[in-house]
Amino acid sequence: MSTMDSQQIADLATSERAKSVSERFGSTERPRTAMERFTQALRNSTVTIIVVIVAVMWSIPTFGLFVSSFRPPALIASTGWWTGLVPPWHATIENYQAVIQGQGFGQAFINSLIIAIPGTLLPILIGSFAAYAFAWMKFPGRDFLFLVVVAMLVIPNQIALAPILSIFTSIGLTGQYAAVWIVHMAFGLPFAIFLLTNFFSALPKDLIESAHIDGASSFRTFWNLIIPLSVPALASLAIFQFMWVWNDLLIALIFLGGSADKAPLTLAVANLVGSYGENYQLLTAAAFISMALPLVVFFSLQRYFVRGILAGSVKG
Amino acid sequence: MATMAQQERVSVAVPPRRRRDITWSAFLWIAPTILLIGLFFIWPMILTTITSFETTDTLGNVTGFAGLKWYKDIFTDPANLTILRNNVLWLVVGTTLTVGIGLIIAVLVDRVKIEAVIKSTLFLPMALSATAAAVIWRFMYIYEPAGQPQIGLLNAFIGLFGIQPVAWFVNEVVNNFALIAIYVWMWTGFSMVILSAALKGVPDEIIEAAKIDGASRFTLFWRVMVPMIAPTLTVVTITMIINILKIFDVVYVNTGGDFHTSVIAQAFYDQLFTFQNYGLGSAWAVVLTIVILPVMIINLRRIRAERGSR
Repeated sequence: MSTMDSQQIADLATSERAKSVSERFGSTERPRTAMERFTQALRNSTVTIIVVIVAVMWSIPTFGLFVSSFRPPALIASTGWWTGLVPPWHATIENYQAVIQGQGFGQAFINSLIIAIPGTLLPILIGSFAAYAFAWMKFPGRDFLFLVVVAMLVIPNQIALAPILSIFTSIGLTGQYAAVWIVHMAFGLPFAIFLLTNFFSALPKDLIESAHIDGASSFRTFWNLIIPLSVPALASLAIFQFMWVWNDLLIALIFLGGSADKAPLTLAVANLVGSYGENYQLLTAAAFISMALPLVVFFSLQRYFVRGILAGSVKG
Repeated sequence: MATMAQQERVSVAVPPRRRRDITWSAFLWIAPTILLIGLFFIWPMILTTITSFETTDTLGNVTGFAGLKWYKDIFTDPANLTILRNNVLWLVVGTTLTVGIGLIIAVLVDRVKIEAVIKSTLFLPMALSATAAAVIWRFMYIYEPAGQPQIGLLNAFIGLFGIQPVAWFVNEVVNNFALIAIYVWMWTGFSMVILSAALKGVPDEIIEAAKIDGASRFTLFWRVMVPMIAPTLTVVTITMIINILKIFDVVYVNTGGDFHTSVIAQAFYDQLFTFQNYGLGSAWAVVLTIVILPVMIINLRRIRAERGSR
């Protein structure tokens, strides 16, 4: 395991050729009699049934919200969402209309994008500079500094919030998008550097050295060689960082909390939880709107997403 | 003589690349990182540690030296002890369930044809914010007084068996578990996907050898597969432990730490942003960091060993 490269593991995870564990897990002898074949089939279908039940249980909460978001307010508050599954359905899109038109969710969606795009790109840019140095340059204190950066992966971000808030307030940055960008940039760095250093240092050594011999500067090697070769790692990191920033509540709450016109979706939903306490109908549609983009990203780029966590945590 | 001359020529033609060539410009490449890590991690840690030994007014101005007062509060005050107990509960139950269920599903899912669909289903909650998850779980946990129609699925379900409805977030027997369940729902997919990849990486020869030796399925799993994926199992477990020790959002959006469901990060937030008690808030942050310290050291050893082996 320890000699295995993260990329190999990622390939294994997605490869069709990877032999299933069950093939190897099962008995060496092929079932000979009809009875044995029957038992084997029964065993396999039992396993299938078990995992399908688990998957259904896992989906029920999200499905319940989905159904609820299309039910009229009066029914949401008086009957269980599952009654909406049988006629009469009373399906409606008025919850979505109410949230989009009346609660400023269109603006909140745009605010989330304004926060998430620089909040994703900045840490990747700064992090890839550092990862390049950590992976391919020799300098005094390199290993120590790398370990310090990686150690920060486990430091609770909350510890920094109060001191940073007081600095930002004193220079008038609190309530500005820039404040949130800078905080996300800093908090995203340790993971970005950890993942990218692992990936960069696994690139073929000959390639990097021949670029140097050909007289390419460090910057050219980085920009024309390392970055294009690392698109898979950069993509998975971007997905991760995007999800974190998009789903973040705490940082937005503290650094933008006072300015409602700049509030992202998470903050808008959280405020709705507070101010409308029992008005579930608005919450249902609001929550689904806030989930829409991450779900699209998740389903379209799932392969990269899985690759990313494997590269990041199963570096062997 | 001839061989020496040859050697001479060779070494002139290709100057031996010295392993200790230092690229001083590297510091330019890492300068922004060093600056940000210093400003956002190192310096706040120092400042917070100092504040945890002080008393302040509600604006954060230092009013005196507190010594170990705040730490004594944390470890003696009954309300604070409950908070520490909750973190232990989260750590034990949350880690066991996310890693345990993740491992079981990883083994099982490998034997079915619709593996990709099942994996996506379990992994999907990872893409959601804690706020969205809170709204989703409301429809599971809503409580209506007994006798009224239950609109929360769980209470409606247990009602079928004649069990009285439970106020899941208020009832102190169950409320911490109700919160942990949300976390488990969100993070089991993460464990499952990584462990599944590791299981697929176990070399065939080892499995075959064990089977030839007559190992049963059970033995094969516990004595061969689990030890083979032990490094990955460690990584997943460490990730979960760190995550859970820092747990904040799930608690904050669902109960806000009320009804004795608070955890360290929630207590820290309350002291700092609700009660403006900067000394106690900082002490909580320091306690959280100290609790995480052993995990960090284990993690660093692992990373150092990996880098060394390359």
